[in-house]
Amino acid sequence: MKNQDSVIELKIQSSLEYTELVENITNNLTLMAGCDSDQAYFIEMAVREVVVNAIRHGNQMDLDKIVRVQYRFNSERFEVEVLDQGNGFDFEHLPDPCNPENLMKSSGRGIFLVRSFMDDFSLAYIPNQGTEVKFTKKLSRP
Amino acid sequence: MSMTATTRKIEEVSIVDLGGRITIGEGTAVLKEAVRSLLNKRETKILLNLGDVSYIDSSGIGELVSSFTTAGKQGGKLKLLNLTKKVHDLLSITKLLAVFEVFDDEAKAIRSFS
Repeated sequence: MKNQDSVIELKIQSSLEYTELVENITNNLTLMAGCDSDQAYFIEMAVREVVVNAIRHGNQMDLDKIVRVQYRFNSERFEVEVLDQGNGFDFEHLPDPCNPENLMKSSGRGIFLVRSFMDDFSLAYIPNQGTEVKFTKKLSRP
Repeated sequence: MSMTATTRKIEEVSIVDLGGRITIGEGTAVLKEAVRSLLNKRETKILLNLGDVSYIDSSGIGELVSSFTTAGKQGGKLKLLNLTKKVHDLLSITKLLAVFEVFDDEAKAIRSFS
């Protein structure tokens, strides 16, 4: 694959019924990028977790609000940006789901998993826009 | 692929053969219903066979934890069988392998309930 970035942008309404569509598109793009099966699996997982968070917690399932997903990839890296239109949240103090007091909670692991399996991860609140999550998977080649 | 759950019983152990994807929505609902319906019938020795589970997200992991807790509160035990490598990795990184009893041999898992 040529080393120029490929860029694809997707906008969806804030409904969980679109998560499968996003997954399918993500899988097509990781295939285009030449990801191996593990890379593709974890990128799909990361996109899914972040998009579900954006729909549920960011946009509060408000169908008038949009989640924007931008993919940018080349032969060396696969980057994803997800922007919601919510009011942000206190992401500086996200509880650690591995702490004993949180271990048996039924939620709170999504961002942790994305951080664990991606190579770079950032979260920012952009005033008057929403929360932007960016992550990158490096595509090491044998 | 949608989620499936089929229950069979060996000795006093209810084995739930799960297949597909345990993800937010239908997947977690199927798992929740399968476990709750067993507990409602006082079937409290539950072995979840995850061998055909291709994918689990954070909500699916949460539902496993919730099912484990619910079974425990009713005096039951919920254990896991046949984790795929991916599911094993996810439970490992979330420190939940220390919570669940995990088996890769069904007969051994069944014996562990007695």
